[in-house]
Amino acid sequence: MTEKMIRVLVAKPGLDGHDRGAKVVARALRDAGFEVIYTGLHQTPEQVVETALQEDVDVVGLSILSGAHMTLVPRIKKMLAENGMDEVLMIVGGIIPADDAAELINSGSAEQVFTPGEPLDNITEYISSKCKSNMQS
Amino acid sequence: MQELVAELLKGNRRAAARMISLVENDDPQKRELLKDVYPHTGNAYVLGVTGAPGSGKSSLVDWLLKQIRKDDLTVGVIAVDPTSPFSGGAILGDRIRMQDHALDSNIFIRSMGTRGSLGGLSRATREAIQVLDAFGKDLIIIETVGVGQSEVDIVKTADSTLVVLTPAGGDSVQTIKAGIMEIADIFVVNKSDLPGADKTATEINTMLDMKNDQAWRPPVVPTVSVSNEGIYELWSAVQEHRRHMEDSGRLLEIRRERVRRELTEQVEYLVKNRIWDRVKEKIELESLVEKIVKRQKDPYSSAGDLLSKIKFYDQDSEEGD
Repeated sequence: MTEKMIRVLVAKPGLDGHDRGAKVVARALRDAGFEVIYTGLHQTPEQVVETALQEDVDVVGLSILSGAHMTLVPRIKKMLAENGMDEVLMIVGGIIPADDAAELINSGSAEQVFTPGEPLDNITEYISSKCKSNMQS
Repeated sequence: MQELVAELLKGNRRAAARMISLVENDDPQKRELLKDVYPHTGNAYVLGVTGAPGSGKSSLVDWLLKQIRKDDLTVGVIAVDPTSPFSGGAILGDRIRMQDHALDSNIFIRSMGTRGSLGGLSRATREAIQVLDAFGKDLIIIETVGVGQSEVDIVKTADSTLVVLTPAGGDSVQTIKAGIMEIADIFVVNKSDLPGADKTATEINTMLDMKNDQAWRPPVVPTVSVSNEGIYELWSAVQEHRRHMEDSGRLLEIRRERVRRELTEQVEYLVKNRIWDRVKEKIELESLVEKIVKRQKDPYSSAGDLLSKIKFYDQDSEEGD
């Protein structure tokens, strides 16, 4: 009777104050049947990691519009691993130049990067399929 | 599994988080886990916080946490938000107000979706309380979903219950209605900087004074959670109620009642499972459903027939198939 629910942390680390995009994505994830933990603006990497741990999430989605993604994303990824959460799926959204996105993915800091214009269904389907294959393995 | 329990008892936060997920997901190992956890429970005091959506429950909890930590108590928070009846998804946003405490290792916050439960709590709130209790938290705060008039499950779960109201919540008839107005051990009039706050407090007080044979007369505490007003008084009221519960023997009484209910539920759960396992083993349920749909049979006698067939009734146990 196990009903594994996919839990996603949507977090906005750093200093930009625009959470419209994060809220739209959070809403889409809700409609896709996920439990979305939303923590609001201005989170430090420490807060993001501790929240992911206490909430036992399967996915961490970071929304970053400030340009600090090359610092924040690897830092959070590393801290997640240090806390035994290497298996958490890390995705990033926001204003991320294509070169940076490629580097984040290649370096293993992020599993996927979504930028403006991405259809919401792509994001939810990506998470669904990734989490399902994780659960089977 | 035993490893997980051992880690939990050692105070491992990740083990606590994992275990709450297991009970929440109704994992097959859940009952074994809870069995091992149970001997280590019974030490935490449970404070319920309920009230309408947007009445300021999360902000109050945030400020209460700041106050409580001055007393050096460790705290677990379970914050419940509604699950969509359509998609099964949820936005769990109570944490937004509490993120100042994210890095306090003596506070553990967990968000839960109601997952179909309608009484203001989530299906697994009670089990999650047990996990946090065994985890060693002195106080566990349960924030319900935003409720209306009759979602009062919290009163069966908490040792003290706060009902959070705001000014301009209707006329004095609202205060004498059954349901949520009956379950408060402490009333909080939050957003008391808004016009009408005094009137709201007066109306609640009038309602409370209509009854004079009460062992505990709930206080009405005005607060403004955004500016930390009344929080000290609120925490004092909670402590006073706790003392009343302990000294009067009422705490033991409600905990005994809770155990009785828990035991009943567990028996019913086991009986129900056993019956359905046997029914599914022996009976083609769908064809029976079809017959009832076509009005060839009725659900009332069919239920009895079902139970006879699986020899549920004593008098049938001697007959052959």
